[in-house]
Amino acid sequence: MAASVLFDAPGPRTQVRHRIYSVAASAAIVVVIAYALWKLNDDGQFEYALWEPFLTPDFITALLVDGLVTTVTMAVGAIIGAVVFGFVFGVAKMSDHRFIRWPAWIVVEFFRAMPVLLLMIFLYFGFFVSTQGGFLWIDQRGGFFAVVIALTCYNGSVLAEVVRAGVAAVPKGQAEAAYAIGMRKTQVMTLILLPQAVKVMLPAIISQMVVALKDTSLGYAVAAPGLTKVGQSIYKEFHNQVPTAFVLAVLYVGLNLLLTLLATWIQKRFVGEKKIDIVAAAAGIDKDRA
Amino acid sequence: MTPLNAVLDNLDQFFKAFGYTLFLFLVCAVASMALGALLVAMRVGPIGVLRKVAAVYVSLVRNTPLVLIFIFFHFAAPIIGINFKWVQIYVGSFDFTSAFATAFIALSLYTSCFVCEALRSGVNAVSIGQAEAARAIGLPFSGVMTQVVLPQALRASVPPLASALIAMLKNTSVAGIFFLAEATATMRGLSNDFSSQRLGIFLCFAIGYIVLVEIVSMISLSFERRWRIA
Repeated sequence: MAASVLFDAPGPRTQVRHRIYSVAASAAIVVVIAYALWKLNDDGQFEYALWEPFLTPDFITALLVDGLVTTVTMAVGAIIGAVVFGFVFGVAKMSDHRFIRWPAWIVVEFFRAMPVLLLMIFLYFGFFVSTQGGFLWIDQRGGFFAVVIALTCYNGSVLAEVVRAGVAAVPKGQAEAAYAIGMRKTQVMTLILLPQAVKVMLPAIISQMVVALKDTSLGYAVAAPGLTKVGQSIYKEFHNQVPTAFVLAVLYVGLNLLLTLLATWIQKRFVGEKKIDIVAAAAGIDKDRA
Repeated sequence: MTPLNAVLDNLDQFFKAFGYTLFLFLVCAVASMALGALLVAMRVGPIGVLRKVAAVYVSLVRNTPLVLIFIFFHFAAPIIGINFKWVQIYVGSFDFTSAFATAFIALSLYTSCFVCEALRSGVNAVSIGQAEAARAIGLPFSGVMTQVVLPQALRASVPPLASALIAMLKNTSVAGIFFLAEATATMRGLSNDFSSQRLGIFLCFAIGYIVLVEIVSMISLSFERRWRIA
């Protein structure tokens, strides 16, 4: 590994010191892990009975099909909705007309600054299990839609900001050249600016997908289906809360790490090493001018 | 009957709920920033083992859903003897018991990872020449960090730190589904009691959250302005 710029290449005495620190730190970590394992074992958390559900084909199917697939379906549904929402409101926020720009700004700021859980609970109890003129879906479908709609609104308004930043990151000359050859505003946006912006935005969209995937677990509050729900019914039946929490965490972390890898790959493949800092662009810092 | 009667008649409940939210936010902010600073010190420091441990911790915890961390501390941890039943603090009409303590631990552990990443992005934003110059005049690692890099890194990490804290403010709502009577739980209770005024109640609580978020972002903006280099 290349030496960090924060410290010099250590000399012999420092090397010894670092080695002592390393050994001490490793020892401390080993002790902590060993204590945790011993404690779990002492409480009988490694007994086969507690882990049996996760080795039984029926439960594995339940976890993977009812759990994982439903969770991913919710996340994908939400992210597709969010991309549409994000493009519509992101472009609307850049409109030249005040009566389009302001409402779009209010909608985006509203959904961005509010906890997604608040929206989810409102949607679920207000529309999906409402007793007065609602849809009266007391089964899991109501929760499913509450989660997808709430996540669409929240992630969509985050993506609206990303779209705006992505378009702002396209060099000014592109739009000017397009106007110069006689394109209209809509043409400039759809043919010139958005296609170039999308390339920059892809990693941001995928990281937003990680957020959406994690947030599907908020469906716990509205009895939505998915991994959390399946886990809940497993630990209610077998009283194996610790193993269940462990298995759920492994599934979620694995899925998210895969998505993160995908985002990194896409960043390299489509955006290239030249980093366009979308956060800086969102803050209105023009790097080319600086 | 205005559509806001439910909230106006229960203003004490409304403010108490946001009191819980705000207080949870404040204590978690302090704890997660302290833990995050410790993590980032491990992550950029010269000890290889600590660097790896911090990296693994951050990537594991930040990829775990917050709800799952809450479920762990509420339903799994008590089985192996970790519980917070001993926390019983009563201040005025506020009760800080195990629901609050559990929310505090879960939120702080979760947010510390994002704080760590925010601070790390700040450290990375300090130009290499600064650290090199500091080393050239003979400062050790601690001196390089405390005298040269961290003061500048802190400045650069105000915006990402603020967005991590704002996300945490919104995440306090998760405590509402785990037995803490904060704003989201109170909204749910009120809209059960006054189901005809659901929309009004929802908007009031949403605006309450938005006001808090705006306050945090204004504070961060003023820090950003004050620390900006000319």
